[in-house]
Amino acid sequence: MKTFAAIDVGSFELSMKIFEISSKTGMREIDHIRHHIDLGMDTYAEGKITYARVDELCRYLNEFTQIMKTYKVSEYKAYGTSAIRETENTTIILDQIRQRTGISVEVLSNSEQRFLDYKSIAFMGEAFNRIIEKGTAIVDIGGGSIQISLFDKDTLIATQNLRLGVLRLRDYLYHLDVGRPQYETLIDELVSSQLSVFRKLYLKDKQIENIIIVDDYISALLRKKNIAERVGDQVDVKTFDKFMKLLKERTLQELTRLFDMPEENVILLFITYVLMTRIIQTMGAKLLWVPGVTLCDGIAYEYAQNNKIVLPEHDFEQDIIACAQNISKRYMGSRKRGETLERIALTIFDSMKRIHGFGERERLLLQIATLLHDCGKYISMVNLGECSYSIIVATEIIGLSHVEQEIVANVVKYNHLEFEYYDEMGRVSTLDRESYLKIAKLTAILRVANGLDRSHKQKFKDVKTRLRDNELIITVETNEDITLEKGMFSHRAEFFEEVYSVRPVIKQKRTL
Amino acid sequence: MNKENREMKADKEIKENKEGKESKKGTGGKADKENRGNPESLGAGTFTDSRYYTNRELSWILFNKRVLSEARDKQIPLFERVKFLSITASNLDEFFMVRVAALKDMVSGGYTKADIAGLKPVEQLAMVNKATHELVNLQYSTYKRSLVPLLFSNGLRIIEHHEDLTAKEIEYVDRYFMENVYPVLTPMAVDSSRPFPLIRNKSLNIGALVRKKEGDEELEFATVQVPSVLPRIVPIPSEKEGEKVIILLEELVERNIDKLFLNYNIVCAYPFRIMRNADFSIEEDETEDLLKEIEKKLKRRQWGQAIRLEVESGIDKRLLKIIRDELLIKEEDIYQIDGPLDLTYLMKMYGLDGFDHLKEYAYAPPQPVPELPEDCDIFEEIRKHDILLHHPYQTFAPVVEFIRRAAKDPDVLAIKQTLYRVSGNSPIIAALALAAENGKQVSVLVELKARFDEENNIVWAKMLEKAGCHVIYGLVGLKTHSKITLVVRKEEDGIRRYVHLGTGNYNDATAKLYTDVGMFTCSRPIGEDATAVFNMLSGYSEPRFWNKLALAPLWLKDKFLYLIARERVSAKAGRPARIIAKMNSLCDRDVIAALYEASAAGVKIDLIIRGICTLKVGIPGVSENISVRSIVGNFLEHSRIFYFENDGAPEIYCGSADWMPRNLERRVEILFPVEQPDLKEKVLHILQGELKDTVKAHVLNRDGNYEKVDKRGKAIYNSQLEFSREAKEEARLSKAPVNERVFIPEIHHQ
Repeated sequence: MKTFAAIDVGSFELSMKIFEISSKTGMREIDHIRHHIDLGMDTYAEGKITYARVDELCRYLNEFTQIMKTYKVSEYKAYGTSAIRETENTTIILDQIRQRTGISVEVLSNSEQRFLDYKSIAFMGEAFNRIIEKGTAIVDIGGGSIQISLFDKDTLIATQNLRLGVLRLRDYLYHLDVGRPQYETLIDELVSSQLSVFRKLYLKDKQIENIIIVDDYISALLRKKNIAERVGDQVDVKTFDKFMKLLKERTLQELTRLFDMPEENVILLFITYVLMTRIIQTMGAKLLWVPGVTLCDGIAYEYAQNNKIVLPEHDFEQDIIACAQNISKRYMGSRKRGETLERIALTIFDSMKRIHGFGERERLLLQIATLLHDCGKYISMVNLGECSYSIIVATEIIGLSHVEQEIVANVVKYNHLEFEYYDEMGRVSTLDRESYLKIAKLTAILRVANGLDRSHKQKFKDVKTRLRDNELIITVETNEDITLEKGMFSHRAEFFEEVYSVRPVIKQKRTL
Repeated sequence: MNKENREMKADKEIKENKEGKESKKGTGGKADKENRGNPESLGAGTFTDSRYYTNRELSWILFNKRVLSEARDKQIPLFERVKFLSITASNLDEFFMVRVAALKDMVSGGYTKADIAGLKPVEQLAMVNKATHELVNLQYSTYKRSLVPLLFSNGLRIIEHHEDLTAKEIEYVDRYFMENVYPVLTPMAVDSSRPFPLIRNKSLNIGALVRKKEGDEELEFATVQVPSVLPRIVPIPSEKEGEKVIILLEELVERNIDKLFLNYNIVCAYPFRIMRNADFSIEEDETEDLLKEIEKKLKRRQWGQAIRLEVESGIDKRLLKIIRDELLIKEEDIYQIDGPLDLTYLMKMYGLDGFDHLKEYAYAPPQPVPELPEDCDIFEEIRKHDILLHHPYQTFAPVVEFIRRAAKDPDVLAIKQTLYRVSGNSPIIAALALAAENGKQVSVLVELKARFDEENNIVWAKMLEKAGCHVIYGLVGLKTHSKITLVVRKEEDGIRRYVHLGTGNYNDATAKLYTDVGMFTCSRPIGEDATAVFNMLSGYSEPRFWNKLALAPLWLKDKFLYLIARERVSAKAGRPARIIAKMNSLCDRDVIAALYEASAAGVKIDLIIRGICTLKVGIPGVSENISVRSIVGNFLEHSRIFYFENDGAPEIYCGSADWMPRNLERRVEILFPVEQPDLKEKVLHILQGELKDTVKAHVLNRDGNYEKVDKRGKAIYNSQLEFSREAKEEARLSKAPVNERVFIPEIHHQ
């Protein structure tokens, strides 16, 4: 049994959840403490978080440490989101917090944050699995942007960030200086063009029946007003519409009283509602689900999963792979080639385990690199490496951290281009030494695999590898002529040997 | 499935109705006003008509009358009757200082807004004046005609006038006066050079008309305060065997007043007592409803304005005129009293030795709780099941023990508690301090605004802080009235939370006198809510939703309105519907209107309300299905219990809140469900017992008066006495030894 604290230094709220985690009983939330603090306002308006705000933040974080002590918390994880991420003085602030409270706060990128949100929903187990049996979208509404993730037959297939966050929309509307009656039309206009692009790109003829909403306003209200009382309860779109109609019919003052909400939140609720209505219409969804999860839940699930205390029912790796496959498909990558490459590369990876010492996660990165190995050819067949790199870095692959994404992009790039050594690479990238080595080792494997399928004709029926002394024996089973492969291979093997001090040797086995 | 559907339908109807009402409010305000007082407009939506409501002050006076009726009840032991009379007197004092003072402020501030019953402050004041005069007359006729003669025949002689003293007694009292009283007196004479002295609130004084011995000058006014530091009751050695004789202090002062004004001749001397408009901040508890409004209206406060003058009847008219003119007292605020002023001294008389046979002993002292035997592991017992305590029939000791045990238990991580009124020298405070010293995290929310207790509270709050407790001094603008304790314990299978929720304060002294309900539980949802309550009270954001508890000021009123409306919907659909609610006071207009609506729809509603009730019963089409009864007995009824039929799946709640605007809107209150079937039975039994009561119950009539239950054809049932017996019996049974050795005699002829 472990007591774990998850701290979310959010843009509008500082919150902490205390969990008990054990492999027997799973996760149990035992306390949830929240304090409203508008870090976002400082960051978004001034670019910097002011001293007074940092002071307040530290005061409350100190209180949090006290509370953690009370519960005898053994480990914690604290994450900052966009307000901390986007402020100019991030490093200084994180250092101050550490000095004054002893809490070390890490910063999440957008996709990492969304993935944690997604994880916390997926960890709801049966309720979640039941919903994603049909076409489902998760709409995660934040202040700056929203994230829409699509499911097809219980696998996440695509995810897209749209800069349509509620606070951003509110700011647009403030600048336009219009009254509430015009809000609906204006939001509609702001939102429509982006949503229709989204539809063309991702939806096509997909059936999205369910929408899972993650937000601060609609979720709280639906639960408060007993529309969706229990976790797992779904609300049909008609009921939602009927209830939300109140928003159009009533004055701000009436709504404030009716919903027990400050006026400011009612406006944000209204914006969320209009936005949601558009999304529901775009997708033609029939059912809504508000699981009411928070980032803290995701942080705890991640911790539990990383420590193998609680294992998810849902296969997150499959999600990442499916996403990669879809990206490849969008850029007209060759699926067959990808699969061959994947098979060979992973075979090599597995037999080299003793040497490289990598785990499952690196294997997954290699796998994704094989799937995306040629996406850049969509743009240019000549600058394949550079273009692939750019595409991978610019595409959101939910589930990968920004460092991991960078690794994959580099592996794909150096599959095609001359490898750049650390000093050179360090000039343009912020990657640390460890990531650099990962890139080198994974690139070496991909290159060998690539060499084995140079002709792109998938000549081999079976590829077996065996590590013996300083040689990696690759036995390929084929009756075809593999002169090209053998030739290319020796060139590619050099880098492999340089990285691993192991020489790959190719052996042909003919079948009768 | 069917039931769920029905529930959903009910919910929907309620929601729709609520929505409908909301929109009406927006536009129909003016029309509503115009309809008021127009009998043709009766029907749905008119339940807020002021004719359907009673003024709360008048209702309060009726309550005090019910207490007085106990003093007049021949079935009750004599000294208990004396005590009840004393209670009516102190009640009335408080009523004047708080409620009447507020009304007077409203009048002088030109505030004319009508109350729930449609009465303007001026009208209210006139009615209250008339009613209090009647009440006072009734008090003194009880005193003089019943109690004094009865006391005399039981061996206690009260010498009412010093003129009645015998020579021997005179000798004694004069010596007593010179030795004990004279040194502490401060006589004050008034003439052109000396202004009228400040007469202190609630003090008893002797006023006199005096004339200088030398010269033929005019009458002058002189006054002396009867010292409050000396006992009011002065026992006199009796000449008769078995008789006790007492005289009141003011009689001694009056008798010896010539010794205070040596150069004067005493023309006449009479006791008088005044009551002043007390400082609002002290009396906030009762007046806070009105405070804000008044502050706006009242430009010039007349702090300390005298609002009531009590004088002995037959007082010299010249003397009365001087006092009256100086204190600016109106004619209607003068009470001519036939008897001793300030009957609260009777409480002291109750303590006189030698009259124990004239006191009540039918009620057993607080009994042990069978589920929590002595030396048990209280946490283990609570883990087995929820435990209900019914005070004062059952002892409050387990609650103290709960905290004491937690303070010492190595597995306990934290203790959190709200404290409203705590007894002096409270064992709970000591246990909390010990816990902090033992390294537990102790958070205590101390409500400093508890009336009359401020000083007391500050002292021990400081003490707790010194011991290392985290003390929170209430929330800005909200009084914390909820009674909740949370103990967080780290156990083998994780954190477990033990919660005590109650209807009464954590006060071991009043727990012997007030009827209250408390519940121990370690239910997870309630534990989570309890944690959220304390997070909220510590200044963190409110939780996104509550599992089981409902809290005022944000959610509680809505919850009650919802529960009442649900019964209404059930009744309309022909399903079983019933409400039983027990509380101290009912005066929230929205709640009453909802009850009227429910009654009109056919819901049977039984209310057990000890004090103020501004609801009227028996109005055709409005409240025909509502009954109201008030239990005034040996113990002060204090628990708040609410029963809702819920279409055959009854729900029972207990809590700290009355159905008063101040409870529902300006206080932190908690309502908690009782869900364990056997405990539900127990709580329901309390309600049923009180509904059956034929001895101490007063029933509200259609004319707005209360009458004792018509006993004809009904069993004699005194609910408090029955509860007391039951608690005793339960305790006895649980203690019965299992393996008792029995000697069986051999009988030969068998």
